[in-house]
Amino acid sequence: TDEWRLSCINKEFSVCPSYPPVVIVPKCITDEELRKVAMFRHSSRFPVLSYYHRKNGMVMMRSSQPLTGTNGRRCKEDEKLINASLRPGKRGYIIDTRSLNVAQQARAKGGGFEQEVHYPQWRRIHKGIERFNILQESLIKLVEACNDQSHNMDRWLSKLEASNWLTHVKEILTTACLAAQCIDREGASVLVHGTEGTDSTLQVTSLAQIILDPRCRTIRGFESLVVREWLQAGHPFQQRCAQSAYSNSKQKWEAPVFLLFLDCVWQILRQFPCSFEFNEQFLITLFEHSYASQFGTFLGNNESERAKLKLPQKTMSLWSWVNRKEELSKFQNPIYEANSLVIWPAVAPQSLQLWAGVFLRWNRPSQYLEEAQEEMVKIIRYNKELQDKVKVLRRHLAEVEAAGRAQGNL
Amino acid sequence: MEHIRMPKVENVRLLDRLSSRKAVVGTLYLTATHVIFVENGSETRKETWVLHSQISSIEKQATTATGCPLVIRCKNFQVIQLVIPQERDCHDVYISLIRLARPVKYEELYCFSFNPKLDKEEREQGWKLVDLNEEYNRMGVPNNYWQICDVNRDYGVCDSYPTEVYVPKSATAHIIVGSSKFRSRRRFPALSYYCKDNNASICRSSQPLSGFSARCLEDEQMLQAIRKANPGSDFIYVVDTRPKLNAMANRAAGKGYENEDNYSNIKFQFIGIENIHVMRNSLQKMLEVCELKSPSMSDFLWGLENSGWLKHIKAIMDAGIFIAKAVAEEGVSVLVHCSDGWDRTAQVCSVASLLLDPYYRTMKGFMVLIEKDWVSFGHKFNHRYGNLDGDPKEISPVIDQFIECVWQLMEQFPCAFEFNERFLIHIQHHIYSCQFGNFLCNSQKERRELKIQERTYSLWAHLWKNRADYLNPLYRSDHSQNQGTLHPQIAPCNFLYKFWSGMYNRFEKGLHPRQSVTDYLMAVKEETQQLEEELEVLGERLENLQKSQLGDNKVKSKQQDQSKQLRLSTSNNSLANTPQEYSNDLKSFPSRSPSQGDEEDSALILTQDNLKSSDPDLSANSDQESGVEDLSCRSPSGGGCLPSEDSGKDSDEAVFLAG
Repeated sequence: TDEWRLSCINKEFSVCPSYPPVVIVPKCITDEELRKVAMFRHSSRFPVLSYYHRKNGMVMMRSSQPLTGTNGRRCKEDEKLINASLRPGKRGYIIDTRSLNVAQQARAKGGGFEQEVHYPQWRRIHKGIERFNILQESLIKLVEACNDQSHNMDRWLSKLEASNWLTHVKEILTTACLAAQCIDREGASVLVHGTEGTDSTLQVTSLAQIILDPRCRTIRGFESLVVREWLQAGHPFQQRCAQSAYSNSKQKWEAPVFLLFLDCVWQILRQFPCSFEFNEQFLITLFEHSYASQFGTFLGNNESERAKLKLPQKTMSLWSWVNRKEELSKFQNPIYEANSLVIWPAVAPQSLQLWAGVFLRWNRPSQYLEEAQEEMVKIIRYNKELQDKVKVLRRHLAEVEAAGRAQGNL
Repeated sequence: MEHIRMPKVENVRLLDRLSSRKAVVGTLYLTATHVIFVENGSETRKETWVLHSQISSIEKQATTATGCPLVIRCKNFQVIQLVIPQERDCHDVYISLIRLARPVKYEELYCFSFNPKLDKEEREQGWKLVDLNEEYNRMGVPNNYWQICDVNRDYGVCDSYPTEVYVPKSATAHIIVGSSKFRSRRRFPALSYYCKDNNASICRSSQPLSGFSARCLEDEQMLQAIRKANPGSDFIYVVDTRPKLNAMANRAAGKGYENEDNYSNIKFQFIGIENIHVMRNSLQKMLEVCELKSPSMSDFLWGLENSGWLKHIKAIMDAGIFIAKAVAEEGVSVLVHCSDGWDRTAQVCSVASLLLDPYYRTMKGFMVLIEKDWVSFGHKFNHRYGNLDGDPKEISPVIDQFIECVWQLMEQFPCAFEFNERFLIHIQHHIYSCQFGNFLCNSQKERRELKIQERTYSLWAHLWKNRADYLNPLYRSDHSQNQGTLHPQIAPCNFLYKFWSGMYNRFEKGLHPRQSVTDYLMAVKEETQQLEEELEVLGERLENLQKSQLGDNKVKSKQQDQSKQLRLSTSNNSLANTPQEYSNDLKSFPSRSPSQGDEEDSALILTQDNLKSSDPDLSANSDQESGVEDLSCRSPSGGGCLPSEDSGKDSDEAVFLAG
């Protein structure tokens, strides 16, 4: 567009190793300036475009934290870049996925956040999304609770509560909704970041897109969302998804960040069962492959590693397998009807549920639920068949009538 | 009406329960039967109707600068918060409502004034829809083992039992009367369900008056007779649904439970369902959790757990499962009792029947089941659901729990029930509404004395008339889940029990899924039916046309016009959808642009309000025709599927925890 351009600055992964070679940045920012901005951002993850909201031209950007440190360093190019993403007279929100406290503490380690004095057109919002080991412990506790064979109702609920898993789901979903709300309702642009911008940031930006953009709710659209916002954006799958819930050794970098994202998608899917082209099975499949896969898609921590490992040459892509016709039919939602609107999920505790399809998969009888699925497919299929038959018959009738008329006119 | 001090109050504000910032101003009316709130200004002039009999409590809160808040809590879990400008008015409304919500005579109840404009014949037909004689015949009695006993013809033996009950053939009048004298409130063992296939049965009674050592020969013979009526088995289970401790405490009062030594061939079993007082408090606690303003996940889960509600639901289900297993798998008859045998016993017998017999999972069968195990056997509807002013300690959500058990089963067996969630919610609603006569009074005897059938209408006929709304599109009678007994997972099933927000947060539309699979599938099925019809019409016409063309080549262009235009759904999948409050931070933002550029979303909110309600009496526009909804429109409307008096509520906003 007029305001944004592709930049190949990261062609050899030289500026930011966890970014893809090509990124989208404001047009008025030169590559030279980008290099300077990268110096000012954690792991060189300078702000890039994540999503462009066609309806009103607002954008969502993501980055890592600015390296302001304790003495409040500034970077003119960074300020210029961020302001360049705004249209004249417009304002924006910076959504920091850390609580204010955590963000302030980060200054001591050289990190920090944008001072509103230096970014006068932006307002900062802090939302506390947990990270790393807290999430991992939460997952371990949850899986433990789900596998507990005792029959005591009370213990089940308190264990579910103690795992805090649903609290994390609620927090992430709420923050994503907030970002979407800023863009769609407030008509403001948004910059999302946490510390590195590789975890909670991506949860928020990708979920916001699912809420805002109907294309992300199709199978292809969701696939490209995962590619864009997770794989290319440098979510370190190798580090995060190494051991899953049953590991005793404390892996420092292990965290179910992607699983939480999928869980949130499932929550939205449950609330809008007709608005997604894919079904729950699709999400479960992605979850499985993110931890262990015969495909190379989720290997490595970022594009640069994948390029070094020559994965595209050496392994098959999950997507090419999923997109084959016979596989695809398993993942299609029979009651999908394209919904072009923004979908706003409810995030009250009453509205969120444990994702039984993943966590209780081995502990609940699935036979009856599968039968229900089949029945649903049957109903829809029969309806389609009849529609086709009626169409054929109508056409036939029209032909016969026309023929009759022609004969009558003779 | 003499109790209405203040028929109309203006400038009343109706607060949104989830968002204190949102309130609508309108006029409050008190009528003889309803509280009505009519919104000012807006073109729709939304109305909120609340039946007096639905009012559970009224709370007047401390006056604030803006007025005097009044909170009305309803038995169908609606909560209405009003702010009345003048303290005096508020007081008058409060006093009036307190009186109106607690009628002292049955004649004050709505069903005696409710008139759905049916003639006498239709009303009588309505009452005949559910026929228990037919039902017992369907089960296969009377037969060689069971017969009707007429000892209770004039309610002479037990005034809370129906006149006609089934007992074993070998139980003589002498045995029955003797046994009745040894049972609390003379509720002797009688047949609840009979299993044709293996002769096993479920019988019900109250506790025996055994105290520490008392015996009764006739009662022992009665149980013996029940065992003999099932020749395939050499013992029966006696299930006491109470916790053992409670049953033992009852012994001190001369009541108690059967001693295995005194009765030949019984196996005795405690189940441990808590009493009505525990259940009442549990519900209260759970509702407090539901009412929390923007609770955190922890608040909610803790609260839910502390209420113990789901634990109680599970206990009832477990009892039902135990009995169903005994009957279906072991072929052993079961005698169920609790204390008086009209609360827990009713719950457990009906859950077991539901598991055992697919018929009870149909719409008609479910009505029959409630009529049989609850209405006819003297469940004290009036006391439990507070229809008339009475002892608050008698109130308890006994049948609510049964209805929830059904819902939990529906979640586990999506294809097993002919009816859907809406059906359950409407039944719950009407148990409290007193709009129909079915659930009035505490026993058949009282209902007959009041001539209920001559003076009121039957809910069953009303539901049956609108049955299209209550169908479960996934149900198929030939489906595997509908052959014989359902086997819910026994263990580990604790996490299969879920909070039922569709019931307890029924009026918080913002909390519920915005699209309903059920509604969508129902619309598809409707369309399928139209297609089938059209296919037939087209086929016929084609045939005729071909025939006539062969004959005399007449042009029948006339038919062109008749061509029925099938409304293939092209509806955009519209959803009234506005973002919810995800953060308080946004409020402080100065440049909240007024042009939100969202005409499509906001415009749709209006269409959303065309509530699809099968109950003209329930919905706000009470005089509208009920059958106007356009079923060919496929858009499953988020909240519009519930019976509602809450059209005054904007269905799509909810508050979210602020960062």
